[in-house]
Order: sequence, then C-alpha cells, then structure tokens
Amino acid sequence: MQDAQPGEKAIEVDGLRFRYPEREALDGIDLVVRRGEFVGITGPSGAGKSTLCVCLKGLIPAGEISGRIMVSGKEIDRVSPFQENSAIVFQDPETQIIGLTVAEDVAFGPENLKRDPDWIRAHIPETLKIVRLEAYENAETYQLSGGQKQRLAIADALILQPDIMILDEPTSELDPVGKEEVLDVIARLRHERDLTVVMVEHAAEQLAEMADRIIVMEAGRIVDQGPPNILYRNAAIFHRPDGERAPQVAEVLYGLIEDGLLDESEFTAREEEAVELLARKLGASQRLASHG
Amino acid sequence: MAEPLPLAKGEAAIEVDDARFRYSASGPEVLHGVSLRVAKGEYLAMIGQNGGGKTTLAKLFNGLLKPTSGTVRTAGINTRDATVAELARTVGYVYQNPDHQIFAQKVRTEIAFGPRNLGLTPEEVTKRVDDALDLVELRDYEDAFAFSLGRGLRQKLAVASVLAMSPPVIVVDEPTTGLDLQGSRSILDLLSRWNADGRTIIVITHDISLVAERVPRTVIISGGNILADGPTRDVLSNADLLQKAFLRPPQVTRVAQRLQQFGIPPNVMTVHELRDELRRALRA
Repeated sequence: MQDAQPGEKAIEVDGLRFRYPEREALDGIDLVVRRGEFVGITGPSGAGKSTLCVCLKGLIPAGEISGRIMVSGKEIDRVSPFQENSAIVFQDPETQIIGLTVAEDVAFGPENLKRDPDWIRAHIPETLKIVRLEAYENAETYQLSGGQKQRLAIADALILQPDIMILDEPTSELDPVGKEEVLDVIARLRHERDLTVVMVEHAAEQLAEMADRIIVMEAGRIVDQGPPNILYRNAAIFHRPDGERAPQVAEVLYGLIEDGLLDESEFTAREEEAVELLARKLGASQRLASHG
Repeated sequence: MAEPLPLAKGEAAIEVDDARFRYSASGPEVLHGVSLRVAKGEYLAMIGQNGGGKTTLAKLFNGLLKPTSGTVRTAGINTRDATVAELARTVGYVYQNPDHQIFAQKVRTEIAFGPRNLGLTPEEVTKRVDDALDLVELRDYEDAFAFSLGRGLRQKLAVASVLAMSPPVIVVDEPTTGLDLQGSRSILDLLSRWNADGRTIIVITHDISLVAERVPRTVIISGGNILADGPTRDVLSNADLLQKAFLRPPQVTRVAQRLQQFGIPPNVMTVHELRDELRRALRA
C-alpha cells in the first residue's frame, strides 16, 4: 500500500527487531514514510512506540537490535554520528530544556554543532515565531506554562533545521489549552517547513484531523495502518467494548453503518466531514418525511 | 449558576464556605471566596485549566492546606480543628503523579503503611492490603519492587494505598494521565464501583469525555472561582460557559449542537446517545 504513494522515502525500516535485556520491544517492524508525510502512531502502553521513535532518531538504547533503519537515505546504527536531519521531542519538556532563558535554550543545540554564532542569533527570533514564543525570547524557562515549555522543546528541535520531526506523545502531560497550542504548531509546521512528521499520540480525535496515515502498534508489531477514514473502520481494533479509542464521530458513524442507515463508503473519522454528511442525510430524510 | 443542586441533597461530606486562599501572605490570592457543598455518596468532577485552583481547592478538603479565610468542613469537622493525620481517615487523596506518593520498597509495604498508621491490628492490616490488591488487580505484584512497576501499575499502587485506608471520601487528581486506554478504564471502573458502594468520589480531570460518560455532577473552576456547578449534562452542553474556561464540549456534543435544526438535542453527552438520536431521526 505504501509503495503506491509517490515521493521520496524519508524513512525506511526493514524487519526491525529490538530486545531490551529484560523484554522484547519490537518484533519485526516494516515501515516506509514518504517525504512530507504526517504519520501518527497509536497503541497501548508497552507496544514499542517509544522504542521505535528513539531508534528512528538514532538513539538506539542498550539491547539487541537487528534489521535495518534508513533515514534520508543513510543507514542508522549505534555508531552513526549525530543525525542532524531528524529531531525528536519527548513527552515531558522538562527533560529537554536546559537553558535558563528561552533564547539560551534554543541556542544550545546549534552551539553544540558549532554553528556560527551570528547565524544562531539571527535564527532564534524566527524559530520562536514559528512556535509563537517570540514574546518570550528573554523569559526564564522555569516561568513558562506546560504548553509553552513543550513549544520551546519544539523550537529547540526546529532551529537545527531537520527534515524529519519525531514527536513522542508531545501533548500527554498538557492541559487542553496547552494541548491545542502545541498541536496547532505541529499542524502548521509541515506546511511552513515542508517537514516529515512522525507523531505518537493517543488523542484519536486530533490524530484523525492531522495525520495522512495512522499506524496502530501492539506488542512490538504494526497491526494495522491506513488513512484515518479507512483505519478507524477496522472493527478488530476499534468499536469493541475493550477496543482502542476511535474519534467519537467515527464510533457514531460506524454504529449507523451497522444499523444500515449509512453506506460503508460514506464513513469518515473527521468532525467537519461527519457534520456535513449527517446534515445532508438528515435534510434528505426530513424532505422525504414532509413529502410523504 | 444560581439554580439549586438536586444532586447535593443529604448529609454533607464536604462543605466549603467562602474559602479564600493564598500560598504566602504577600502572594496572590488563588481562591477568591469559593463555596461548595458535596453530599455523601456523590460523584463529582472538577474541571478547568491548569492554574485555575482545582488542586488547591482539593487540598483544602483533606486539610493539607487551610483556608486563609472562610471555613472548610470535612465530615462535619472544621479542618482547622483537626490534624492532617486525623483528616486522612476521612479523605483519601490520590496524586496525579504516583511517584509523589510511593516511597516504600515493596508493593505490600507501601499499601500497608496507611492502615498501620491508623493503629489497626496486624490481622486487619493484612486483610486491608489483600482486599486493596484484589480490587486494583495487583495481586501478582504484591512482592515486587514498587519502582520497578510500569507507570500504569504504579498508578494502581497509589490508588490501592489510598483504598486500604478505606476513607469515605476519595479525591483523585488526574487518574488517567500517562495511562493507556485499558489502564484508564480499569481505574475508572474502580472509581464507579467505589461510588456504588456509597463512597464520595471527587475526580480532578481534563478528560471531558470521561466526565460526560461517568460523572453526574461537574464543577468548573477557573481563575480561583467556581464558574459553574451543576448536573454534568447542563454544564458540558453550555459551550459559551466552557469557552470562558478554555474548555470544549465532547465531540459528540459539538456535532449534535450543529445538527439542532434537524431535531438533534444539543445536550447529547455520549456516543450512544448521539447514535440513538441519529437513528431515530434518520428512521423517521
């Protein structure tokens, strides 16, 4: 299915297996991500999502690894040098923020890569603007809210001008306002920066709106994947009492398909499309009733 | 909201009367005269943006903080007249981050700490620990090292430690953060069971659909004030009110509100309700 899509491969993973000393984490992952694609990853705790993320970034943890990881055409292994073309943002921004001030924190990465100080100074304001922190350049990092800290962590990654952004549950520790701020920034990134995005996220409703393709992992494997409007129809994973959570609109529409009131081809997991579809159906049935 | 609260009848578990609070004499006031009455056996959600005062208010309930002015009564006891240890028999508090509360090496020792401090007999302590282990399904881990457990299991351990004290009122701060769907469901089922047993449950959360599906009464706390207090269906279907607190109704409620002209009620709360309403309207 992936090979039918056009575009250069940003990430290619073949038969990746990974074992921590005490347990197996990845049990044969095959994955292709095209340049510019937005891929969401979801699944229960312990499915291997975070392990996959750190391996893609080239931060391979202690353990046994086999298979192949190619990022931007280069093979990744334990002895690979620092991957400048990919960046990773973790769940807890506190683990990633180092500087006392916002500007210092953003400068830390490029300084370590020995980028020109004038270049760094020039790029701090524009990077902060993308994450909407331009007014906080001289603020102290400890004063920022959770959402602001996570946007700063994204700025830290962005200033390195990566082609690929890997985000591991970037909003799970934030309140709804912070969540929205961060997801807004991520949604705009790919358009403004032409980025390839791989994001682990549990919020199905947001994922359905943002992702081109969603991957479901379970016990170290990819159990299904596809565009939201196809994936969220899978009754083996969703729509069961103990199943994974699909967007609420997807659950409602799936139910109406089961009732024979909608055709399977009309299914959508996106809110706007669902409202349009339902308004059309309800309008038609009202017209029928008034004529009958 | 000024209307009476049909849910808050009966004997009070918690009564907050015009409570104000500041963390230091010169610091800003974080609660501006909050009044709240929670009846015994209620299941109540406190929602609102971070920094709005939810957790501060919850810490007044168990006397961990005392109001700067106004009064807080827990099971009829003025929290100023009791020690935190005394109040801990009445109000159990499960913290958002289980690591803020776990300190013992072994799972059993951790759970036994509370009941032991209540002065129970060793037999009674053992029984309380066994019951708590069974309730949260941690029996297989009773001799494990507490900090070697995964996040979901540590959350369950924190819950078990509070449960073993058997307090009539339980405050749970963000019970589902960091948990996957299975973990969240088992904690939420547990809270529902406790409530069915007659305990008073107060849950602090950002998860609006959880509140819509499970919790009968909702209080919005914003900017140190109670912005709304009423039946969950009324509070969560009031989009203007929610927006003031930077919250949004559940997705099904938002969709229903945009389909009102077709006779879909604007206060639908759950997937089942919206499906039923649409089924009825489409078959009409």
